[in-house]
Amino acid sequence: MTKSHITPVGVYVTVFLALIALTIATTLISRIELGPFNFVVALTIAVIKASLVVWFFMHVNHSSSLTRLFVFAGLFWLAIMLVFVMSDYVSRTWLPGPRWL
Amino acid sequence: MADTNVSAAEHDVGLKHHFDDSGQQYESATLGMWVFLLTEIMFFGGMFGSYTVYRNLYPEAFASTSRFMNLTLGATNTAVLICSSLTMALAVRSARLGAKKKLIFFLVSTLILGIVFLSIKYVEYHEKWVDHHIPGPGFHYDLPQYYHQAQILFFLYFAMTGMHALHMIVGAGLLTTLIVMASRNRFSAQWNTPVDMIGLYWHFVDIVWIFLFPLLYLIGNH
Repeated sequence: MTKSHITPVGVYVTVFLALIALTIATTLISRIELGPFNFVVALTIAVIKASLVVWFFMHVNHSSSLTRLFVFAGLFWLAIMLVFVMSDYVSRTWLPGPRWL
Repeated sequence: MADTNVSAAEHDVGLKHHFDDSGQQYESATLGMWVFLLTEIMFFGGMFGSYTVYRNLYPEAFASTSRFMNLTLGATNTAVLICSSLTMALAVRSARLGAKKKLIFFLVSTLILGIVFLSIKYVEYHEKWVDHHIPGPGFHYDLPQYYHQAQILFFLYFAMTGMHALHMIVGAGLLTTLIVMASRNRFSAQWNTPVDMIGLYWHFVDIVWIFLFPLLYLIGNH
């Protein structure tokens, strides 16, 4: 049963320290000029931080397959929404397309 | 055999009769909470989508606004929220262990950190008010060529951080309820589902801020 699982305090503290370190890292990296990669790096760090929170703090690491499926489905639908909105804008040339296209 | 199971289940604290056992009841609550959080993801996702569209339309104007964002306060608030997520996770852990005093201590800590976040947010909003960075007739921007486009970013800033702050206020109310329930000995190691569920909510609100911080404060910071 997933209910009775007790995570050691050390795990929470480690995740906490990682989140603080990543916050400092993303703030410092934002000061360096990397062109379009500034955005990529900032968003990658945000995704890593969010994944740490979901996996450890929200206990998806100990949750049932059904709960995990729901979490995945939610992110999948969010991806559909964002990708379809952006592909619509880009393909109508209302927005400048990515340079590599 | 079946009869012994039923009588054993009836003695489970907090078990509603329409569930087989407390494990199934807990599983249902978790799944229901996640379904609610998914609707929240889509709700905030719509705003993140409009942010993405306008940021791609007016990249220079959006980047120019970052110098008017208070990065120190934004980064501090990020740290405050991460601390509150840690105390919330420890509150859930204490609840599962049935440690009442620790549970109340961590819930109160989380509530205080939430109030600190909202107070810092108030200072930031006040700065925007003084600097005439509230979209509308009184809007003023140092770069006149971006007058209209920058307003869109500030509108999104207030819409997104405002909805996030509203979620924090709701979260503070929920935490207060939990503290009252905990002090009335409503939770035990056998039954503490509300602490768990509100913990999920609190972490979700933290995640929204994890994305708001780089998008609103760090763009064009270099």
